[in-house]
Amino acid sequence: MATEILMPALSPTMEEGTLAKWLVKEGDNVKSGDILAEIETDKATMEFEAVDEGIVGKLLVEAGAQGVKVNTPIALLLEEGETADDAKLPASAKSASEPQAEKPPAQSDAPAQSAVEAVATPEPDQSPDWPEGTPTRTMTVREALREAMAEEMERDPTVFLMGEEVGEYQGAYKISQGLLDRFGPRRVVDTPISEYGFAGIGTGAALAGLRPIVEFMTFNFAMQAIDHIINSAAKTLYMSGGQMGCPIVFRGPNGAAARVAAQHSQDYAAWYAQIPGLKVVMPYSAADAKGLLKTAIRDPNPVIFLENEILYGRSFEVPDLPDFTIPFGKASIARPGRDVTIVSFGIGMAHALEAAETLAADGIEAEVIDLRTLRPIDYATVIASVKKTNRCVTVEEGFPVGAIGNHISAHLMENAFDWLDAPVINCTGKDVPMPYAANLEKHALITAAEVVEAVKKVTYR
Amino acid sequence: MVRKPAAKQSTPNVSKDELLRYYRDMLLIRRFEEKAGQLYGMGLIGGFCHLYIGQEAVVVGLEAAAKDGDKRITSYRDHGHMLACGMDARGVMAELTGRIGGYSKGKGGSMHMFSREKHFYGGHGIVAAQVPLGAGLAFADKYLGNDNVTFVYFGDGAANQGQVYETYNMAELWDLPVVFVIENNQYAMGTSVKRSTKSTTLYGRGEAFGIPGEQVDGMDVLAVKAAGEKAVAHCRAGKGPYILEVMTYRYRGHSMSDPAKYRTREEVQKMRDERDAIEHVRDMLLTGQHASEEDLKAIDKEIKDIVNDSAEFAKDSPEPPLDELWTDIYATDVPQGGAEQNA
Repeated sequence: MATEILMPALSPTMEEGTLAKWLVKEGDNVKSGDILAEIETDKATMEFEAVDEGIVGKLLVEAGAQGVKVNTPIALLLEEGETADDAKLPASAKSASEPQAEKPPAQSDAPAQSAVEAVATPEPDQSPDWPEGTPTRTMTVREALREAMAEEMERDPTVFLMGEEVGEYQGAYKISQGLLDRFGPRRVVDTPISEYGFAGIGTGAALAGLRPIVEFMTFNFAMQAIDHIINSAAKTLYMSGGQMGCPIVFRGPNGAAARVAAQHSQDYAAWYAQIPGLKVVMPYSAADAKGLLKTAIRDPNPVIFLENEILYGRSFEVPDLPDFTIPFGKASIARPGRDVTIVSFGIGMAHALEAAETLAADGIEAEVIDLRTLRPIDYATVIASVKKTNRCVTVEEGFPVGAIGNHISAHLMENAFDWLDAPVINCTGKDVPMPYAANLEKHALITAAEVVEAVKKVTYR
Repeated sequence: MVRKPAAKQSTPNVSKDELLRYYRDMLLIRRFEEKAGQLYGMGLIGGFCHLYIGQEAVVVGLEAAAKDGDKRITSYRDHGHMLACGMDARGVMAELTGRIGGYSKGKGGSMHMFSREKHFYGGHGIVAAQVPLGAGLAFADKYLGNDNVTFVYFGDGAANQGQVYETYNMAELWDLPVVFVIENNQYAMGTSVKRSTKSTTLYGRGEAFGIPGEQVDGMDVLAVKAAGEKAVAHCRAGKGPYILEVMTYRYRGHSMSDPAKYRTREEVQKMRDERDAIEHVRDMLLTGQHASEEDLKAIDKEIKDIVNDSAEFAKDSPEPPLDELWTDIYATDVPQGGAEQNA
């Protein structure tokens, strides 16, 4: 059976090319792998090999022909005993010559929806995080994180902790203090200083069904590992058509500490919140740290858990419950108010709450919303609040370009424009690498005073 | 430390069935890849498409050394690995054409396919990313206390990535049951090994970390299998990782759009004519009188039918429905494998 040899596509973008030169002539015997022709693509000159064996019957396109469209027949390949004239090629009888590749149907407009919205709560859920009357204990954020990990390791034998100095050193910031003694070296794994490597090993272990908690000594060092966080952990479920889940938590301190300069002082919230496939948590209080970390460890997806060194030692009330968790995508109203909505998360909450105190003295009642998770984001609670206050200020420590506050502003503009009585103001860190000098560092960071000033602007006071 | 030169004679002590199986498995990969190249030329396969033609003996030999439960993970040149571990040709080809019948429902493409069932963990597009991921798979097996081994495949190009050495260090430190298989096809895209390093004996780099290794003739499926068995025995005995540098050759360009001007046509032809792994087994079958020309023709036909069937399936399978855009971004459940492997 004669076969048409078609003009091949030899690059992802090629639509036509030049048949520069034939390397066979009519009557030649060819076998798989023999070079038939040289073809100039939009990028290079390529050798075009035979796939099937046979006799070159007829060259249908002359050497030197330009603008030959992909899939145009360029030659006939005959079987022994056939002649080119025998070879009338009814389309149905061609074995290897396929009809023109069908173009995929034009993409219709995909629904304007994002993965974040798909998992966000449609109606604001402001149920309390724990039942009224539950006894509480005063606890630091550090202790809360440690308890969360210990409880989950107790509960699920596939949960383990790995990272630099998490075991024998008892944690660079003492988050994992005592865990090695309690769970042993199989489950509290000290790693060498190899962020890219151990983030990859942790991700592989998660793909195989374990539930790793990978501690970065700080998230600044996770930049060395960000390829595995994004390309390996966040995307594999999608790339595998839903087969390969990756239940892993990457956690550690994020953002500015104190006087450690540019390479050790950066807030990565907006970086990770941009990635579909990741969940991103940034707690402020100890209760949230505990409840959200337990949820993160149980989540079947990769979770970025952004802590803060300055908050580690701060104390909060934590409910004394045997199994206390907080769902993702549920913001908390840390302080109710009617005049302005302040949206924040992580250490930004400290500035937001301090500003709210100051504003209250001036007779402005701010409603302070702690987002707690940045992917998914609880848009519903923010919008409900803005519909009440008609004004919004966002507060975060990160850089101003592409900030979480920018995203909240855009979302409000699209979904609550008619309720806004003033432009939304984003309070952020300054657009500079973090300086070392004490006065400059202070100036680079967001302050409660700046939040107060922003609120006065949006309330026209 | 084991340091051995490349040459290694195949033992003639091999059964007819075994030889026939290698012949069939290698031929399936070759014919499949030729068909994939053809479909690419017709515009049915898009993007990047890296063919495995020439390297077939590597995966077929190593799969012969594996047992059920062993895991494997590789780079983007992955079609051969999937077919060799028993994944369905239809599902692989339909993924190449971006159809719903593909292993990833058309969302992964040539470089990203997976199979829980066959313990195939991808299909990774970032050069060398599969190396720590594979060590992580082995970490999980060791953690769970079973005797599975993970085969981590990467190329001579990936061998120059830093994360390989971070992984070597931890794999040996923790005695992880992982066979690092360096498929040395001599070219990292267009850069030959000699142009990328003065340390050209790639298996020897494990020595710095205490990992034994050796070089293997990757055009000889029996030599690959024998080396694989040795490496696997080392891992299963709890002695930690092992490195196999398998000397092989890809006949085609790095990807479909590679004009391959960095090597001569004669060099490629010489490998094809003198060292072809499939021809080698074919010769053994014929000279050992294990099979006749007719027998082999029947196998050729059988393979051709499988490949043509996969191509038909890949063309007929519909494109994924648009709502697939929004699925599989987040898992809502415990991932498969989690429960069965609970420690």
